[in-house]
Parts: sequence; structure tokens; C-alpha cells
Amino acid sequence: MEPTPYYYLAVSAVMFGIGMIGVLTRRNAIIIFMCVELMLNAVNLSLVTFSRLSGTSDGAMFVFFVMCVAAAEAVVGLAIIIAMFRNKQDIDINNFNIFKW
Amino acid sequence: MWESVAPVHEFRLKYWIYVLNLVPCLNQTQDILELQSILFWVFSILGLAGGIGLLLNRNPVHAALSLIVNFFSLAGLYLSLQAEFLAAIQVLVYAGAIMVLFLFVIMLLNLKAENKQDFSPMKFAAYMLGIAFVVELLIVFRNAIPAAETSFLSGEFKYATVEAIGKELMTRYIFPFEMISVVLIAALVGAIVVAKKYQYEKGNLNENNN
Repeated sequence: MEPTPYYYLAVSAVMFGIGMIGVLTRRNAIIIFMCVELMLNAVNLSLVTFSRLSGTSDGAMFVFFVMCVAAAEAVVGLAIIIAMFRNKQDIDINNFNIFKW
Repeated sequence: MWESVAPVHEFRLKYWIYVLNLVPCLNQTQDILELQSILFWVFSILGLAGGIGLLLNRNPVHAALSLIVNFFSLAGLYLSLQAEFLAAIQVLVYAGAIMVLFLFVIMLLNLKAENKQDFSPMKFAAYMLGIAFVVELLIVFRNAIPAAETSFLSGEFKYATVEAIGKELMTRYIFPFEMISVVLIAALVGAIVVAKKYQYEKGNLNENNN
């Protein structure tokens, strides 16, 4: 069976939903961070699909830049997680509630 | 001048057909559409399985390995869309660089698996919110994509090749391309500053900071 654009977008939407549920339910900071990466990738998939659908290279260019920003974000995020671990010997986000009102 | 450089077309999906036809016991086909369909079904199922593995694994190392499966299958999906360059950098940047960084940090911190959580109404609400969001997206996509007579995968897609993306980067997207270098250097400096071990004077700030 040949896939239509809708199939690709549906895969992308379900992946985004999995990432979103992961961010909302998991308590481990690294796993939350990995779920954010999953959401970024899901959006990348739909961007490539739209690029293919419209026959232009704009979507593919956006994916390129999203990947660059995701790489930068991964570096900073992991540095923050290491700093968190150094403070409390733990990265369970329930223990980090100084800013919570 | 540029014509004399070795052609960059060898990575295109249509040439893979010839490679696949060298393998005995496979269906001998010249149909690129069939190959794209197979790639889609195999890698979409694998990708969703990787995502669910990330969601349900309590051990961070296992979760990271599931995410690697997901990243590789996204590369396969890009291949099926004839975006071969993006498939290559997906494997290099995500599955190669970023996931190595994640696994490195997980193993550095020596994390244990999360404890099993009890059922909580907030968690149930989060699941419902996620499912409602996906259903909403599916309805939007269902109504937004016009039905086409020919498959959108047929024909050649030459706007996501190395050539096309390189040309775009050096012309229309030259400013964002240069800004990416600023973002990367800022991230590099910021990561070093955040993760650095500071020596505080006694009585000052946290005692855990040594």
C-alpha cells in the first residue's frame, strides 16, 4: 500500500504526542530532555513531508537549521543537568522546586 | 569548474535499487515507488516502537537506546521521501553525536532506574491531554491535505539533495547559516560556564559545591 502525505503526517503527529506525554509524565530530567528531542524530530519529519509535497527546498532547509539548534540545545541542556546533579546528587525534577510557587 | 568535481548523485535513492537487485532472494524490482512504500512501512513502525520504548522504559540507558532506534528510523523515512542528505545528517548528527552525548551523561551520572510510580490523576490527565492533542492534529491534517490523483512519492525530488541544499545555504539562507555559527559558539561557551566546577569561599553559597 502506497503511503500518502497523510500517513507521514500521522506518524509525525503520533511521535509528537508520545514525546509530549513523556515530557508531562516522566520525572527523570534526562528522559524529559530526550522526549523533547523526540518532539523536535517529529516536527522535522512533517517539515520534510511538506517540502516533498510542495516541491520546494524550504522545508528541508528548516530541518537543517532545526538540527543545528537541537545540537546546541542538547549541549546546553546536558550541561544544566550536570550542574543540577552536582547540586543535589539527583536529577529527579520533583526535587527541583525552588522556582515553584 | 564545478562539473569536473565528482557527481554527488550516487547517494540518491534510485541508485540503491541496483544495489538491492544484486541481493539474491529479494524481489527483483525496478520500481522506486515500491521501495519507498516498503521503507515507509518498515521505518514508521520501527520509529513509533522506538518512541514508545522511550516513553515506557524506566532505565535511562534503555530509553536512550530506544531513542537511537527512533532516530535511525527517521533517517529511513527521510530516505523514503528522497531527502537523502537529511537522512545522512540525521544519522551523523542525531544518532551519532547527540545520542553519544546523552549516553555519556547518563553513564557519567550513574543513574538508577526510576521507581515505579503509583497511578495518579495528574498522570492520567497528561495521557488524556496527549491523546487529545494527537487526535486534534490528525483531524487537522486529514482536512488540510488535498487528495491527489498521483502518488506524491512518484517522480524525482531534487530539492533536498546535497547540491540543492548547498546552493540554498550559500544564497538565500546565507544569513541564517552565518547566525548558526554564532548560536553554536554561544552554546559551547554557555555549556562550559554552566557545567564548570566553581570554587566558592567558605560560608558562601552551597556547601555541596566543592
